[in-house]
Amino acid sequence: MNWGSASEFFAMGGHAFYVWGAFGACALLMIVEPILARRRRSNALDELRREMRARKESNE
Amino acid sequence: MNNRVINWFKFSSPQTFYPLAGKLIPWFWALTAAFGLAGLYVGFFVAPTDAQQGEGYRIIFIHVPASWMSMFLYLVMAFWAALGLGFNTRLSGMMASALAPTGALMAFLSLWTGALWGKPMWGTWWVWDARLTSELILFFLYLGFIALQSAIDDARRADKAGAVLALVGVVNIPIIYFSVKWWNTLHQGASVSLTKSPSMAQTMLWGMLLMALAFWMYSIAVSLTRVRAIILERERHAGWVEELSEVKPS
Repeated sequence: MNWGSASEFFAMGGHAFYVWGAFGACALLMIVEPILARRRRSNALDELRREMRARKESNE
Repeated sequence: MNNRVINWFKFSSPQTFYPLAGKLIPWFWALTAAFGLAGLYVGFFVAPTDAQQGEGYRIIFIHVPASWMSMFLYLVMAFWAALGLGFNTRLSGMMASALAPTGALMAFLSLWTGALWGKPMWGTWWVWDARLTSELILFFLYLGFIALQSAIDDARRADKAGAVLALVGVVNIPIIYFSVKWWNTLHQGASVSLTKSPSMAQTMLWGMLLMALAFWMYSIAVSLTRVRAIILERERHAGWVEELSEVKPS
């Protein structure tokens, strides 16, 4: 085990800013990207349903 | 025994690939979480403090996987682009477009984590050295690919133009990879190479490999999610799309 306490862990031997800046940005982007990808799909589905409804109405 | 031949061309049609991708995505997310948690555990709690760099070196556990993926995804993207150009298969272009944003993200993370590592170790966020500069060019190649494709309305023509750009840009990948050998760079040499045993502690190597697997699974999961969106966007006038259970009005 490398760390005596939680505060030691978060201090990262004085490199906290760099280590957490790197891991934080990575975590943030890897949360945001899947959300955007999923939203793109649900937008595409919405668009599709709208088009189908419009087509149905124009047929009636 | 089961010696049934899998017809791979069957999966090259968006209609069969769309539901298959949907079934695979949760598994790739599960693998991402499993490898990621294992990698973070090894990286932070098992791998020892570095004799020279103290705790700052732990950035390696995301820097190296992100850099590897940025290069690897480019090759995969170029492969799909080439396939699309050669065989004119619809799905290939969609795959290439789906990979580009994730590749750009990996290239960005490589540069970002590299800057945060360079500052405490080299005393500078950035130098115009061969490794860093060629990685920056890779990032711009991804952005250029995305911009070019979004500037062309016709999807098939966008695929073709993007494919040419992607294929020309492939020349940059060996330049990045061998830059630390070919030129005298501030960037350190390869930590892991195929020809000699790795120049790092076993546990550090394990942490890095686990994180690399996690990044790999992440990339697959998120690109499959995106390619499903792209399939819906482009195939919306195809009959099979209207038959999908998620499209039927509830």
